[in-house]
Amino acid sequence: MQESISFTPQLAASSIAHLLWLVPAAPIVAAGVTALLKQPKRKTSATMAIGSMSLSLMLSLVAFAHVVGAWAQGLAARETVNFSWIQFGATNVDLGWVLDPLSAIMLVMVTLVGLLIFIYSVGYMAHDENFTRFFCFLSLFAGGMLTVVIANSLLLFFMGWEIVGLTSYLLIGFWYQKPSAAAAAKKAFLVTRVGDVFFLLGIVWLFAQTGTLLFYNNGAGSMEHAALAALLGQPALLGLTAAGAIGLLIFAGAAGKSGQFPLHVWLPDAMEGPTPVSALIHAATMVAAGVYLVARVYPLMQAGALAGGTTTALTVVTWVGAFTAVFAALIAVAQNDIKRILAYSTVSQLGYMMAGLGMGGVAVGMFHLITHAFFKALLFMGAGSVIHGCHDEQDIRRMGGLKADMPLTFVTYAIGMLALCGFPLLFSGFWSKDGILEAAQHWSVAKTPFYMLVFGALLTAFYMTRQVAYVFFGHWRGGKTAHESPSSMTTPLWILAIFAMALGLIGTPAWPWFRAFLEGHATRFDMLGFAEPGLLALMGVSTVVVFLGLGLGWRVYGNRTPNPDEPDVLEAASPLVWGWLHDRLYIDEFYGLTVVAFYGWWGRVSDWLDRRVWGGLVSAVARVFGLWAQLNRFLDTNVVDGSFDKGCDELASGGGLLARVQNGRVQTYLRILALAVAALAVLLIWSSRA
Amino acid sequence: MNGLPVLTLLTVLPLVGAAIALVAGKHARDVALLTTLASLVVAVLIWMRLPLDGSIGLVERAVWAPSLGIEYHLGVDALGALMLLLSAIVTLMSVDAAHRVHHQPGLYFALVLVLEAGLFGSFTALNFFHWFLFWELSLIPAFFLIKLWGGTRRGPAATQFFIYTMAGSVALLLAFLAVFLSTNSMDFPHLTLLASTGELEQMVTAHLGPVTMWLAVGVLVGFAVKVPMVPFHTWLPAAYAEAPSPVTMLLTGAMSKMGVYGLLRIALPLFGAQIAQIRTPLLVMAVATVVMGAWAAAAQKDLKRIFAYMSVNHLGYCLLGIFALAVPNAGAAAQASQAAALNGVILQMFNHGLTAAALFWFVAMLQTRTGGHRGIDQFGGLRKPAPVLAGLMGIALFSSLGLPGLNGFVGEFLIFRGVFPLAWVAATVSVLGLLVTAAVILTVIQKVFTGPAPEHCVGFPDLHNGEKMALAPVIGLMLLIGLLPSLIVDTLNPTVVNLLAHWRF
Repeated sequence: MQESISFTPQLAASSIAHLLWLVPAAPIVAAGVTALLKQPKRKTSATMAIGSMSLSLMLSLVAFAHVVGAWAQGLAARETVNFSWIQFGATNVDLGWVLDPLSAIMLVMVTLVGLLIFIYSVGYMAHDENFTRFFCFLSLFAGGMLTVVIANSLLLFFMGWEIVGLTSYLLIGFWYQKPSAAAAAKKAFLVTRVGDVFFLLGIVWLFAQTGTLLFYNNGAGSMEHAALAALLGQPALLGLTAAGAIGLLIFAGAAGKSGQFPLHVWLPDAMEGPTPVSALIHAATMVAAGVYLVARVYPLMQAGALAGGTTTALTVVTWVGAFTAVFAALIAVAQNDIKRILAYSTVSQLGYMMAGLGMGGVAVGMFHLITHAFFKALLFMGAGSVIHGCHDEQDIRRMGGLKADMPLTFVTYAIGMLALCGFPLLFSGFWSKDGILEAAQHWSVAKTPFYMLVFGALLTAFYMTRQVAYVFFGHWRGGKTAHESPSSMTTPLWILAIFAMALGLIGTPAWPWFRAFLEGHATRFDMLGFAEPGLLALMGVSTVVVFLGLGLGWRVYGNRTPNPDEPDVLEAASPLVWGWLHDRLYIDEFYGLTVVAFYGWWGRVSDWLDRRVWGGLVSAVARVFGLWAQLNRFLDTNVVDGSFDKGCDELASGGGLLARVQNGRVQTYLRILALAVAALAVLLIWSSRA
Repeated sequence: MNGLPVLTLLTVLPLVGAAIALVAGKHARDVALLTTLASLVVAVLIWMRLPLDGSIGLVERAVWAPSLGIEYHLGVDALGALMLLLSAIVTLMSVDAAHRVHHQPGLYFALVLVLEAGLFGSFTALNFFHWFLFWELSLIPAFFLIKLWGGTRRGPAATQFFIYTMAGSVALLLAFLAVFLSTNSMDFPHLTLLASTGELEQMVTAHLGPVTMWLAVGVLVGFAVKVPMVPFHTWLPAAYAEAPSPVTMLLTGAMSKMGVYGLLRIALPLFGAQIAQIRTPLLVMAVATVVMGAWAAAAQKDLKRIFAYMSVNHLGYCLLGIFALAVPNAGAAAQASQAAALNGVILQMFNHGLTAAALFWFVAMLQTRTGGHRGIDQFGGLRKPAPVLAGLMGIALFSSLGLPGLNGFVGEFLIFRGVFPLAWVAATVSVLGLLVTAAVILTVIQKVFTGPAPEHCVGFPDLHNGEKMALAPVIGLMLLIGLLPSLIVDTLNPTVVNLLAHWRF
């Protein structure tokens, strides 16, 4: 034990880098202790969860400050701590963690958003009988997610990844008495597992090829030059290099977790979970883990690209992302459940992030990930506040006029909505989405993704306006009157709202701090950043698109007081198109008729093969033996003796052959053989009669 | 412990316990508990006393019948010792689970202990004769345990189980007699040495003609039945379902490992070259075991049959690893993959034994609490009345699913790490097994623990303290191995390297 876990710091890792394991460990310990406590310990569990998360946040801030400090001094800002987990043959299976700008930014985001949602949950889940268990699962989730964030080993990454998947499963199915929640939980786990088995193959392949699972290890890691060069020289299938094939396998895992087409079907169903779960896991953090994974293995994805060019893996990432962005936005237009609209919006925005990674690189995709985490968490928590205030109503057609009843929720929700739409200048979503559009505009392969993403932006502004108009404007169409939520719920909304606006400041063309920090070069404030050719025109285009979407949405849905039982305005205009969009383009039904049906059918075939074919063969043999045994019973032991003798004769002739080679010991051999055959014959007969 | 014949003692201990249990009447279970606990202690001591270089240690040799090539030759390396540990743990669990034996408890626990002795004997024997004696010895108590204490259709199930395994044994025995006739030896290390230089095949050919391949097939059939490998597995669902659950724990937890152990101790060392020649069809059967096992589980409604087929699936990964690593002239990279696969296979044996035994234990609890129900559609919503049972069984189920952080993952990861570079098609098809098992396990959780509860599940009692105490170490071990597999692998790896160095493909 002591030998196997020997810490071998790669650089002279700082003390905060050494202590980084505490960040995920704190919530995991909290979860473990809560699980072992005699239930229910409501206050203790919430205190421990929030306390451990606060500790993680503080450590993350220290780590972040440390990395920023190193970067500002122009030092190498990546520190790793690696150790051997097990050894097979002479190969080590290494685990480890890494502190670099990428992990530092994610750490701060996850712990901050996580802490706010933990606090919010105290109010939201106050009346739930399984309050204690809820915080246990949330803490375990946070531990898994933070493991993903700091992992410097693909295997450790995968472990955190699966813990996160498990807790997502547990929390979607939190209200397990509801069959729909239990089914949604199962679906989420299985659909993401489809991606995960490809991911696992990618991991073992990468491990086999490079001999290491570490990302960075002083030049010997799998994301470093030597390993990547070897992978590029290794041909795989279909004209891909090993690097490309492994990159695609890993991306399949990312697509599953991040709800990319065609593995997106689980995410909208995941809204069966409590709303804080939707905010934390299915909007801000876990679903972004797939994007983070692509960012983490970006050197592999990019390996072999010529200057300004792209690779097969990145091209696939781009197309899948761009398609998902538009496709999910279209479906979002025709949904009536407040959380489902946001869920499809999340799928769509994750598509933007993937496309941003594919075309613009780590900084572009990651910036949208971070801004989205804040404004989408804000929107989900606002939606939770609305649902809470409307007595668990989720259908936006049965709401209305809430801007008067829930003013705080309304204002913060509006901020989140404008950030998501990419409202110009003031809101973070504008800057991060613009970065993606700019990258798409300059993409060397095709211009289509650019137009797709612009169209997606239009749709985003439209469906969000529709939602806000339904929920907050018009007049109240529900049952009992709505009420504003308690301050434990609204305070986190305000904090998130501030971030949803202010975060844009670190990624403007004038001060691209975020990109500089991630890419490790210096930056300063310079208004000339806007002077880049085409940039202002692009900002103009995206502004026009946003206003167009907002205006169209307002024109169709604003200040109307639709009857909840009447068809939607657009439905009346085109029932066919609406029906397809409303029914999510029938993709779930398609899977039901293909994959699920095949699963059941093949199961029955396997069972039939077992019972009829293999089992039938066995019964046929058994029948023969049975007849033989009956014959024995009715006749007399002479038959046994007879067959015994016959066996002896056969063996004698076989032995006789042998006797020519080894003289003198035939009797000995024969004695064993005869005894063994006799024993077997007796046993067989006796047992078949039994 | 030097000089003390500790392996003999370990084997004799349960036999003595069995004799006492026979006459102990209603205290038989206590006798069995004490005996199995003592055996576990000895097995742990053996594990800690293994030679560091991975070779065979704790050797005991005595003259027995030299003219027949029979020698009393015992010894264990980490492979054998790990199986001793597993057998001891699983038997203890099984005795612990069997607290409702009203019909002839003395005989029941005596048979369980004889079975344990059979397991210990076969995992320590290094001479074929001695090994075969215990291999068969373990079969007899298993037969009677199913036959006398089993479910409604126990008769046919027991007979099928017995005859099937016996048929495998005949193939095995005949093959070994041929080996003995050719080499005049039944000693495993000696035969391994002969095989590694190619002499074994020459001697067989010289004495009996070119039949070595047939001998390999005979040996493989013997073990394929025991593991089992598709299509030699049809005895298993009936036997596992009809046996009383504590006996099923023994069958799947320990006895199925005798087959995999045999492949590793006998088939690969002696017939590696032959296995390498027919590797492709063997891999096809291994993949079929993985995939068909999982899918057949998906079609079952009886919890015991579901877990029975899941056992087929999980042992399929062992077969996959074993056959994939049989590649001749391995270079450095392939050797690393072989080491990964073999470590994974042996770890998987242990993990599957632990997890599957735990799962059948939970089935026993579900059955006794609901008056004998075990169809998945007959349960529902049990998480509410029995949160602790749901939580612990959930952990065992997720261990079976291969969730990282629990024991099941480590073995499967190493197997896939080893198999993918050596046989990528087989590995790629086999991941289907991972998917389907996940679907099956989540369906079990969904049907048993969530949704509305049927009438007979109302007032379902949660685990009492005794059960919690009994299960805690098992679940703890799952977590411990999942997080710190080095506890086992550090000791195992030298043996793996040692074994691979002596095998020739």
